[in-house]
Amino acid sequence: MPKVTLTKLRKSYGRNEVVHGVSLTIEHGEFIVLLGPSGCGKSTLLRMVAGLEGITEGEIAIGPTVVNKLEPRERGCAMVFQNYALYPHMTVRQNIGYSLKVAGMSRSERTAKVDEVAGTLGLSEFLDRKPSQLSGGQRQRVAMGRAMIREPKIFLYDEPLSNLDAQLRVAMRVEIRKLHQRLGTTTLFVTHDQVEAMTLADRIVIMNKGNIEQVGTPAEVYHRPATTYVARFIGNPGMNLLPAVVDPGTGIVRMADGQVLAYDKSRWRTIEPGEITVGFRAETARLAPGGFSARFDFAEELGSAQLLHGTVAGKSVTVQSTGNIGLKPGDPLPFAIAPHELHLFAANGQRFAEQSRVEIPARPFTPAPAPTYLPVA
Amino acid sequence: MIERSPLLDLFTHLLLLASFVALLIPFWIVFVAASHDFHTVNQVPMPLWPGSSFFENMAVAWERGNFGRVMLNSFIVAGGVTLGKIVIAALSAFSIVYFKYRLRMVLFWLIFITLMLPLEVRIVPTYAVAADALRPFQSMIDLFGIGINLPEWNLLNSYSGLILPLVATATGTFLYRQFFLTVPDELAEAAKMDGAGAIRFFLEILLPLSRTNMAALATIMFVWSWNQYLWPLLVVTDQQNFATATMQLQKLIPGPLFGEPPVWNIAMAANLIVLAPPVLVTIVLQRWFVRGLMVTEK
Repeated sequence: MPKVTLTKLRKSYGRNEVVHGVSLTIEHGEFIVLLGPSGCGKSTLLRMVAGLEGITEGEIAIGPTVVNKLEPRERGCAMVFQNYALYPHMTVRQNIGYSLKVAGMSRSERTAKVDEVAGTLGLSEFLDRKPSQLSGGQRQRVAMGRAMIREPKIFLYDEPLSNLDAQLRVAMRVEIRKLHQRLGTTTLFVTHDQVEAMTLADRIVIMNKGNIEQVGTPAEVYHRPATTYVARFIGNPGMNLLPAVVDPGTGIVRMADGQVLAYDKSRWRTIEPGEITVGFRAETARLAPGGFSARFDFAEELGSAQLLHGTVAGKSVTVQSTGNIGLKPGDPLPFAIAPHELHLFAANGQRFAEQSRVEIPARPFTPAPAPTYLPVA
Repeated sequence: MIERSPLLDLFTHLLLLASFVALLIPFWIVFVAASHDFHTVNQVPMPLWPGSSFFENMAVAWERGNFGRVMLNSFIVAGGVTLGKIVIAALSAFSIVYFKYRLRMVLFWLIFITLMLPLEVRIVPTYAVAADALRPFQSMIDLFGIGINLPEWNLLNSYSGLILPLVATATGTFLYRQFFLTVPDELAEAAKMDGAGAIRFFLEILLPLSRTNMAALATIMFVWSWNQYLWPLLVVTDQQNFATATMQLQKLIPGPLFGEPPVWNIAMAANLIVLAPPVLVTIVLQRWFVRGLMVTEK
């Protein structure tokens, strides 16, 4: 089983280190998404796996083989690039079949394989066109075909959807997921879009400034963020984070303005008194008079709900509400949060160790409706 | 920018028209002179309307100038130089753009600086090298005191002597380099992922993409090398076998030394013959030429 193992990977450009010792094990057939803002080193990591970028330190192994010194073509990876990188002077057929031609496969065999791949991607009628005569989505599919035809051990996607418009992006996302279900090829997918990451990934690797912040299933990173960085990055809006002082004896946290919230004492039993960061998600707050209160600033309409923005002790918080409650700026915005919905982070941003865990709902995977142009094999 | 000034428009158009006519007049005179017989062409003033002996003159010029042989020579030389320039410029630009090595920028600037050293400036040393192509190496060997004597390799009176010293081109290298820099890096990476090595990438992806570039370069370089005069004059002493077309022109105008009036009608006809190939090449390739210089093809 080819399993991909990254061991203490480092990458520097001159003195500037951009990847600081990343270790990660990817199981066979897993769909891993590398998620992070631009410049966090996720693309560099992908390109190191592909062999397009040298490795400064550490080790990459595909299966039992260390591939550090291998040429890209010897690693059994196929890559889909952000701007497709199709050969402009070749037809779709030549583009898809190019790697086979390089490998020295005969013309008739090549034709058969290209036809097969083009069939599964719905490209059969475009085989004689040049890339410039294709739409964005079609070019993307040609790029995927070019990767598929090599029957690689690993698929690498480098932000493949960011050049597409919003609708097409959703459709292509579904296609990529279906492709993975059908082929079961180990996949590494780089994106900065958390929706893409959440919908596609078996596990998400959240990166920040060349380090891994957390590796977990989409539900895990959402429900149990390991750091304040992940808490803020995942979810829309990101988690509310407030500085507070914790009193483990009574099980309450006190904000800078004196307001208090109770947390689940049985779950966080080893916390020392002191300054911490408290987090909660906008959708877990219930509007309720009499309890905790923020100063209302403005509301955002989402259609299904409203996001109410307010301020607590100088920090902004966001609370989700289903109805319009007609607040004016400056009004008090009262809400309550159940103790088990509070997340506690140490001053350095790490989540405190929990002694009992809240069950995380399993991935609610509903098969997406088949897009009309993709024949289901 | 939108501007409405009819007077200025009129003025600029007149100026353009005047320059255009001024540019064409010499060609017209060449053509008129080539179409008259010896006596008419030497009248003062010369008639400005074409006569009837055009084809006759052409035939005489072709015959007298040995153009059958000479044009072939010119084609071989101009073609060789053009081909050599296209290939060498592409290779050197490929090396400079796609490979990272220590002396990359130094080499690029060395090539670039040769723009300031055209053949005319270095004609004596170039001639010395052409007279014995291994001479520079011999000097180096002598410098180290090793007693090896290289054979003499004379390039005078040969096609290689006519072609090789003209083949290196900084302009071409620069043109290719600018084009290669616009080719997205991801294309090279995709080729790498597809398993293509450097040579394969160069031949199967980079060169097909630079077709317009090559056409542009070929046009410029063909015309340039066709018109070379000084260098062939210098290296060719065996005029019977290796004279080029431009060299031959000069021989059709007997100077006053010979005491006879110059045969302008034949000379002008020969001029038209020599003029034709570069004009044809330019016309055929001009569509590509313009596109190649603009480098906007997607």
